[in-house]
Order: sequence, then C-alpha cells, then structure tokens
Amino acid sequence: MANGSSLLPLTLERVSFAARGHAILRDIDLTIRADARTAILGPNGAGKSVLLRLCHGLLSPTSGRVRWANPERPYQPRRQAMVFQRPVLLRRSVLGNLTFALAVAGVRRADRAPRARDGLARVGLQALAFRPARVLSGGEQQRLALARAWMLKPEILFLDEPTANLDPSATREIESIIQSIHDSGTKIVMITHNLGQAQRLADEIVFVDRGRIAERSSVEQFFRNPATAEAAAFLQGELPWR
Amino acid sequence: MIARADPKLIEIVVLSLRVSLTAVLLATLVALPVGAALAVASFPGRQALIVVLNALLGLPAVVVGLAIYLLLSRAGPLGSLGILFTPAAMVIAQAVLVFPLIGALARQSVADAWLEYREQLQSLGASALESALALLHDLRFSLVTIVLAAFGRAIAEVGAVMIVGGNIDGVTRVMTTAIALETSKGDLPLALGLGLVLLALVLALNVGAHFLKEGAQRRHG
Repeated sequence: MANGSSLLPLTLERVSFAARGHAILRDIDLTIRADARTAILGPNGAGKSVLLRLCHGLLSPTSGRVRWANPERPYQPRRQAMVFQRPVLLRRSVLGNLTFALAVAGVRRADRAPRARDGLARVGLQALAFRPARVLSGGEQQRLALARAWMLKPEILFLDEPTANLDPSATREIESIIQSIHDSGTKIVMITHNLGQAQRLADEIVFVDRGRIAERSSVEQFFRNPATAEAAAFLQGELPWR
Repeated sequence: MIARADPKLIEIVVLSLRVSLTAVLLATLVALPVGAALAVASFPGRQALIVVLNALLGLPAVVVGLAIYLLLSRAGPLGSLGILFTPAAMVIAQAVLVFPLIGALARQSVADAWLEYREQLQSLGASALESALALLHDLRFSLVTIVLAAFGRAIAEVGAVMIVGGNIDGVTRVMTTAIALETSKGDLPLALGLGLVLLALVLALNVGAHFLKEGAQRRHG
C-alpha cells in the first residue's frame, strides 16, 4: 500500500484534547508509519482510547493537527476502519451487517453479497451467515466486527481492546485474524491491556501515561529494558513476578 | 347486537378504522423521518424543535379539532377544499393529533440507540441519512409499538373528530362520536355495543404489539 496516494504516514502535531475543561491528552507528537504493527499500552485513564479516536476522526483535537499523508475526501469510501471493545452490530443477519457496511462504502449492489461471503469465510463464520448478528456469542460478534472492517480493505485498522471481554480461546482466534489482516497489508494500531498479546501482535509500543506519550520503542526494547520510570513501573505492576 | 352484526354498527366501526388507520399511516410516514432526523442530525434550532415536539405530546384533542375546523371552515385559508364535515377532515385532525406522539417517541428511541451506534456508524462513514435509516430499521419492533399506541390514541379520540366531522349519521359518525351521542340520547345498548368493540380493538392491538415485540426480541436479540 506504499503507493503515492497512501493515507500513511499519519502525523499528530502538538495534539491536545480536553473534555469539559479537563485535559485528557497534552501536546502529543506522533508519527504512525505503514510498516510496523503498533500497540498502544498504558494504565486506565491514560488517554489511549481518546488517542485512537482522534486518529480515526471520531473526535476532533482541541488544539493541534491530525494529518494524513493523503487525507480521505468527504463522500468517498473510508480507507481506515476501527474495531471497538464491544462490537456494535445491527439488528439484521450476519450477512446483512456486512452488506450494509459495503452499501455505505458505495459498493455496487451486485458485488455486495459475494464480497460479504468472502469476508465471512475469512473469519470462519460462513455457516452463520443467516443468523441474527446480535444473538452470536461474544467471540463470534467480534469476529464479525473484524470481518466487517477487513472486507472494506482499509489501509489502516484501529482496534480498541478487541479481546478485552473474551475468553482465551476466542482471544486466540481474534489474534490470528488480526495477524492475517496485517499479512494482507493493512496497518494495525491496537490498544491492549494484554501484555502477552502486545508481544505477540506488535512490533512497536507506544506507551501512554497521564495524557502524554511517555515512551515509544520496539517491543523487545520496551519489555526488556523500558526507557522511562513510568513504563518500568507499569510493567512491574502488570507483571509483578519479573 | 354485536353478535348479529348490526349493519349500522358495522358501518360505524368500518369508518372508524378507515379514518384512524389512514391518519396514523400518514402521520407515521412524516413523523418517523422527522423523529430520526432530530435524533441524528445536528442543525441550528434542533433543541427548540425537540422541546416543541415533546410539548405537543400533551396536545388536547379538542384544540386540534378547533384549529383544523378554523383552517377548513368556509372562511378559513383551506376553506376552498370543501372538506369540512367529511372523513378527510377527520383524517387530517387525527393525523395532526398523533404526529407529535409518533415523532417524539421515535426521536427518543432513535436518540438512545444513537448513543450506542454513533461511533460505529461514523467509523463506517455513514451519512446522517444512512445512519437515521439504519437506526429506524434496527428499532423497527419498538417503532411498531409506538405506531400502535398512536393508533390507540387516534381511534379512541372523540373531541377532534366531533368538531371537524360533525358526527353526521352515515357520513362522519365514528365509534367515539356515536357513543357520545347515543349515551346523551339514552340509547345505551348501541353505546355499550360500540364501547365493547372499541375496547376489544384496543386490547387486541396491545396484545398483538406485545407478542410481536417479545418474539422479535427473542429472535434478533
């Protein structure tokens, strides 16, 4: 996807965000490139989710700029996608959820069902195509949410704790799908509280603490030898046996 | 009288159903999009419109009747239509009466759902129109309940249809106006018979709405 019209890199320039006068993020400078998989770590309330929403455009910064190399244009299909902690599915069939997203993305009617079926097959849900989406199990719902994002062929996929509510086996399935999405050429940016997951799925860590980016380093560097005291304390708290 | 299907009674019941069903259909076609738009779109004056719509929930039927009467009377702005004291006038009055009910309740349910769906729909790049339509579709079972409640209000209402319809025998006499008239005349059997039909109808509607919603909830989650 590293052609001339790529969205990436994404650059945040002195981005701050405040809600009701309360500063959540302060002076964030961050560049997200196409190559490495990025995991965002940090304690609760550090501002990780807000950071992800600012990147995705669901929130606008109070000050500073969020800049894409070649921005999306209004009324054009989106080239980025997001998967939330709790999947939001429409009260329709599994397949209907996917064809809706394709319709919004401007895909021709005749092409929607085949593409949706292909998307379902990639996450192993083809047998459930006609089931109402809202009665699926938590893991199946999240797989459907991933299929919905993936079949739109985004250049970049944001994930906000995609496995926070799932059991270990569902988590493994989700992780393997995220890996496949990365292999298909989509940039992955993921918030997680699961440090094992960060080590399995990420190449670099962005560590957010109290509204600032405290540290950014490769996964090996971050877990072996964190550069900041905050990151060391965070790892100590999460992995007390180290 | 009900058992032997008195033709006069049948005629009154059929007219009631025709008027109220048409009124609710017309009001629904306008009120659902308006309610959804007020929930999803942002434009100047939106809050004021929501307040007005909610306030209109308490609209007294006789006031609606009076307003429509003035509009449709020979000297009124729409007098040339010549539809005062016809079923058409009654349809208009009932549609105006239930419009705020459908609009305000639909806006409330769409607004509640919007809190849950907003980020996902924006993430997919859905426009306000696409979002509103998707939400209306997702809430279809709750909306049926709202529309049935509106129908219940329309068919049980007496003040507005009395004023704009005139309760003309064989032309604009519906169940409620007939009950009012027959009671004041002392013909209690006809009044009671109509009252029973009206009650049974409203009850059946609510039972139907309840099971529709229950079933849908079980199937669709």
